[in-house]
Amino acid sequence: MRTFLFLLEKEFKQIVRNRIILAMIIALPTIQLAILPHAATYEIRHINLAVVDADHSTLSAELTAKLSASRYFNLVLAGTSYEQALELLEDGKAHLILEIPPHFEKSLRLTAKAGLMIAVDAVDGTMGSIGSSYLNQILQSFAADLIARGDIAYPDAALQARVQVIPQYRYNTQLDYKTYMVPGILVMLLTLVGGILAALNIVSEKEQGTLEQINVSPVPKQSYLLAKVIPFWIIGLLTLAIGLVIARFMYGIVPAGSLLTLYAFAAVYVVAFTGFGLLISVAAKTQQQSMFIAFFFLLIFFLMGGLFTPISSMPYWAQVITWFNPTAYLIDVVRLIVMKGSGFADLLPQFFCILGFAVVFNVWAIFGYDKTA
Amino acid sequence: MSEAVIKVENLTKRFGDFTAVDHISFEVRKGEIFGFLGANGAGKTTAMRMLCGLSRPTEGHGTVAGFDIARQQEQIKKNIGYMSQKFSLYNDLKVWENIRLFAGIYGMKPKRIAAKTDELLNRLGFMAEKNTFVEKLPLGWKQKLAFSVAIFHEPQIVFLDEPTGGVDPITRRQFWELIYEAVEQGITVFVTTHYMDEAEYCDRVSIMVDGRIEALDSPRELKKRMEARSMDEVFRQLARKAQRSAD
Repeated sequence: MRTFLFLLEKEFKQIVRNRIILAMIIALPTIQLAILPHAATYEIRHINLAVVDADHSTLSAELTAKLSASRYFNLVLAGTSYEQALELLEDGKAHLILEIPPHFEKSLRLTAKAGLMIAVDAVDGTMGSIGSSYLNQILQSFAADLIARGDIAYPDAALQARVQVIPQYRYNTQLDYKTYMVPGILVMLLTLVGGILAALNIVSEKEQGTLEQINVSPVPKQSYLLAKVIPFWIIGLLTLAIGLVIARFMYGIVPAGSLLTLYAFAAVYVVAFTGFGLLISVAAKTQQQSMFIAFFFLLIFFLMGGLFTPISSMPYWAQVITWFNPTAYLIDVVRLIVMKGSGFADLLPQFFCILGFAVVFNVWAIFGYDKTA
Repeated sequence: MSEAVIKVENLTKRFGDFTAVDHISFEVRKGEIFGFLGANGAGKTTAMRMLCGLSRPTEGHGTVAGFDIARQQEQIKKNIGYMSQKFSLYNDLKVWENIRLFAGIYGMKPKRIAAKTDELLNRLGFMAEKNTFVEKLPLGWKQKLAFSVAIFHEPQIVFLDEPTGGVDPITRRQFWELIYEAVEQGITVFVTTHYMDEAEYCDRVSIMVDGRIEALDSPRELKKRMEARSMDEVFRQLARKAQRSAD
């Protein structure tokens, strides 16, 4: 026990003296939370739209005006030449082309039907599909306006007016992507702090030769590893605290659920990722190897963790992979606690999964670390 | 003749097809300075790592401080000190903190550590550097400190792997004075070196060539037997047989 305290004292002294790590503990949550929720948003705006108006009618002008007034679109061209619009699309200056054919107004007034053509640059798939669906929504509402005004006679106008779906978004009433992203970013912070710091730690002692001095001493390897876990664990929980404060003041996000539950999960999760980092550190020979391995896994953990794209829309085989991803569990849990206010009892299965990872990674690190080669 | 604290028989270490240490046998007696000589790549460090419980033997057996080198490595580690070729105190800890850490992990009590630290630093004339980060010390001082740390917990045997690499002869001489002091306290010293003047300071030396021990005796006997004027000559005569290239 006394041996352990000497080791712990050493680890704390080393961490406290490492200015860069201390600066990162503050900078990481601040910068990530200040920038990422704004940048990593699914809400697509500023879609460049080129309108080709071959009709030159009152209605076509009205439609163009309506589109240019929308906050989703930038009107980059309101002209008559399809060739010119296509050129803009090819140069990447326009994402969408809307072509209003000749006799658009006439046909609409006479038959209550008119064709419009939309051309989409699908290189950025999200921009293309979301852009065309926004465009469709605006066209629908334009048509509804015309019917309401009696400009065109639409046989089922009354029916259409009655069946209107008004969604009610529970737990994130404004469908604000920031509310959705912030919990995910908190998890990312915990993962980075635990994983990367620990992954670099033992291997740096290997490079400096101090690990050999430890290996030739009677220090039990469990004590040595545990003394490494504890400082990272404290740093991780501190980072989370800073993150929560920033989420509160920058975005007004206050966890709907209990902070204690949130911390219970975070505590176990950081132990898991510190164990994961130590495991890499034990296996790697140089910091370079260690960093590369850590990044390989962390990228998979983030991309397969539901941070950016929902797990439920992944193909089944990919969903199976996420069962082995501790990050996926915590992202889910933190969103549920922060947004929905889920209690500990609701989250027991996830808790045991994360606990399982913590045990596996740390025990594996202990067995993988051999004082005698 | 005093008892043997290290006994080794047919100790062998292979890495794949390469036999780094090839069936070596020897004994080291309590209280002696045992020089372990050999060219670079002769297998000195590999052999020493097996004695310290850092590496498992492929074949053969042996005991260090009465414990089996193949099975009781952690017991051995309680009874030895070790100073590696690569300087290995913590650069980001102060002088006293390094002493405290290593003394602590060998089970010494904090009070005793504090008292002994001051006593040691005074004896070395090093009190002024008590609060200096080890990183800032000159190499000669780092080596003296590393040695003092290696014997701080009063082990039975101390293993030194090329302890004086890269420093001038005067600093090396001072280092050897520390070794003699340790021997006076009853510590057995097992030291690898390729400085032949240092070989002269040892009670007995073994000379390894290509993983085998080619000669083992006191420097005086070796010189007599090989009709050499210095250990340097002895070493050259033996090392000439080497087939392996140095690493």
